Amino acid sequence: MMPAEYFLAHIWMIPLFPLAGAALMLFIGRRLPNAGVNAICVGSVFLSMCFAFGAIWQLVSRPVAERVVSYSLFDWVPAGAMHTNAGHFMNFNVPWGVLMDPLTAVMLLVVTGVGFLIHVYSTGYMAHEGGYYRFFGYLNLFMFSMLTLILANNLLLLFVGWEGVGLCSYLLIGFYFLRKSASDAGKKAFIVNRIGDAGFLLGLFLMLGTLGTIQFTELGPAIAAGHFEYGNATLTAIALLLFVGATGKSAQLPLYVWLPDAMEGPTPVSALIHAATMVTAGVYMIARTNAVFSMAPKALAVVAVVGCLTSIFAASMGLVQNDIKRVLAYSTVSQLGYMFLACGVGAFTAGVFHLMTHAFFKALLFLGSGSVIHAMSGEQDMRKMGGLWGKIPTTARTFVVASIAISGIPPLAGFFSKDAILGHAFEYSPILWVLGVVTAGMTAFYMFRLVNMTFFGKSRVDHEVAHHIHESPSAMTVPLMILAALSVVGGWVGWPESLGGSDRFAQFLAPVMAHHEEAAEAARTSSGSSTEYLLMLLSVAIAAGGIWLAYRWYIQRPEVPGKIAAANPFLYRLLYNKYYVDQIYDAMFVNRTKDLALTLGAFDRGVINGLGVDGAGWLTRITSRISMVWDSWIVDGLVNLAARVVWVLSYPVRMLQTGRVSRYALFMLLGVLIFLGYYFRSTGLTLTNLLH
Amino acid sequence: MIPTSHYLFLSLALFTIGVIGVVTRRNVIVILMSIELMLNAVNINLVAFSRLVGSAEGHAFAIFIITDAAAEAALGLGIIIAFFRNRETLLGDEMDLLKW
Repeated sequence: MMPAEYFLAHIWMIPLFPLAGAALMLFIGRRLPNAGVNAICVGSVFLSMCFAFGAIWQLVSRPVAERVVSYSLFDWVPAGAMHTNAGHFMNFNVPWGVLMDPLTAVMLLVVTGVGFLIHVYSTGYMAHEGGYYRFFGYLNLFMFSMLTLILANNLLLLFVGWEGVGLCSYLLIGFYFLRKSASDAGKKAFIVNRIGDAGFLLGLFLMLGTLGTIQFTELGPAIAAGHFEYGNATLTAIALLLFVGATGKSAQLPLYVWLPDAMEGPTPVSALIHAATMVTAGVYMIARTNAVFSMAPKALAVVAVVGCLTSIFAASMGLVQNDIKRVLAYSTVSQLGYMFLACGVGAFTAGVFHLMTHAFFKALLFLGSGSVIHAMSGEQDMRKMGGLWGKIPTTARTFVVASIAISGIPPLAGFFSKDAILGHAFEYSPILWVLGVVTAGMTAFYMFRLVNMTFFGKSRVDHEVAHHIHESPSAMTVPLMILAALSVVGGWVGWPESLGGSDRFAQFLAPVMAHHEEAAEAARTSSGSSTEYLLMLLSVAIAAGGIWLAYRWYIQRPEVPGKIAAANPFLYRLLYNKYYVDQIYDAMFVNRTKDLALTLGAFDRGVINGLGVDGAGWLTRITSRISMVWDSWIVDGLVNLAARVVWVLSYPVRMLQTGRVSRYALFMLLGVLIFLGYYFRSTGLTLTNLLH
Repeated sequence: MIPTSHYLFLSLALFTIGVIGVVTRRNVIVILMSIELMLNAVNINLVAFSRLVGSAEGHAFAIFIITDAAAEAALGLGIIIAFFRNRETLLGDEMDLLKW
């Protein structure tokens, strides 16, 4: 019999299963057969998923007001006394603690659920690749980091997971490290993320110094206790710095450049890390710290504008890409922009809602594209595809479902989340709404351009590739079907009130976002439900227009896109070369950094090494040479001189010491005779008168 | 009665022969014998003066010296044998290890 709320009491164990899996891969993975790797790594994620679902179930069983579980496992950083910027003394101590509330529950659902499906998919996709155990070890390490990130109850522990997923992202993008483009892409992702992380850390420090706490549950009370006015400059600075971190991790302007290159990694990695989970960490972090953000309207405006611009900017680049995964990469950047737009206009719940639905259909799109690439023997160029509908039916059907979902056609998941975001954006600023709707149209267009180029029309497949086209194994197709089902029904939890639903998703998350909801309550009343209908109708119509245009240009009259490109060569080249952003960054930052490094290297070699180290060596050698001359000539000379003087002076005495005993006896005799002679002379005695 | 001076001259002659032997000879056994000569010269001297004075103390000393000479001869011959075993020579000139 399990004790009540067993899973809630053991949520700290959820990240440990994948950690154990990663550790096992590190130590014994090389010796295991693929089946053993599958059992350990997929099994560990399955255990995590079971624990997570159990914990979510027990959390939902609680009354709404009690749906927060936060406890510390042990003191992690007991830093001791410090004083805040306000001058209060406090005992700063960061615990290793977990937090479970509705927001965590949503993330847990996405990360463990989609993560498990992608692990299963990978067993099929990676079956014939080298480094099988290494791949799954990295995946498990990623799961550990991501789960640490979302279960953390303070910002510093979240940062640990944040860096851990960054590391795993680097390792997995560069999984095919023998290919230079892959290792370069890994480095690019890591370095670009460092820029964002610098902002994150500064924001964390400023938050600690200002509020005196970095525990999520204490942020709201700390702001209330500090009597910060609405729009306080320090809180705005904290929010902006944290947002810098989010732009790095979640690939927003101006730090999005690493995500398209990250497609160098294996496709399941793109699905797991660069679509469903890691890149949404920025959105999660902002939703987590919504207490700070909702006090900083200027920061929110920045978030909204950056998110909106990113979404339309990335979508425009996605229009002309020919690599199937790159289209999806720009689509991911664009959809992440939607989530930030939602957060920026204060609709954190809508952002998280879109995060969830996007995880379903974007993971499906990536896995589907992986299945296509698998069928095409590694070909990623859509110009060499076409007519695959009948040949890989499961992949094609699920892919189309996901494309309809991302385009925002009701009643699939994307419609509800996108509509929620656009509705809130309209209340905030109609301009943002217009940009968002245009982006939605572009999204529908490039997704169905992809679908039409890949699955319909005439086959442009190379002859030798065409023979090998085959549907993927069930390990890959079953996750596709499950995700397709989720892409259809996943949005229904957020069925809006205006369409007869009750938006249970927003209600579920409402306790976490209490601050915002009060502030936004006033704004909500302004738009009536008739406006809402109109907005929905417009966005659906534009999405349908995008789909129709893609159908017209890529099925009915395939010569049109070429003509348009030829008529606008400048615009086409600008889009095709991604606005030359990589080149501009290279010219402005990367090459300047390299120049600086080369200059510093030359300085190091010339001045530090040449003048400093070698010069010091030279100086030491010269001084030691002088010292040696002084020593051997003057010091030794004096000692030798003293010895020589003694030697010379002792010459007569030395000559007496012959070592011959008889000679010594002679000297003795002579001495006695001399003594006797002297004695006799001084006393006047002679030998004769001595005898008489 | 033979005058004391005769004894003294004999003693002087013996002592001088001994001294010359010690100084000039190279063979250590001869040197040892010369030393014995010198000791006996001293003995004659002591006995002669003892008779002149009419006391027995000189005789007693002479007997001591004879004993002493015997011991000395034994020791000296022992050293010479040890030395010969090491150096295979009896020449005193060769005994110069203490020179340096």
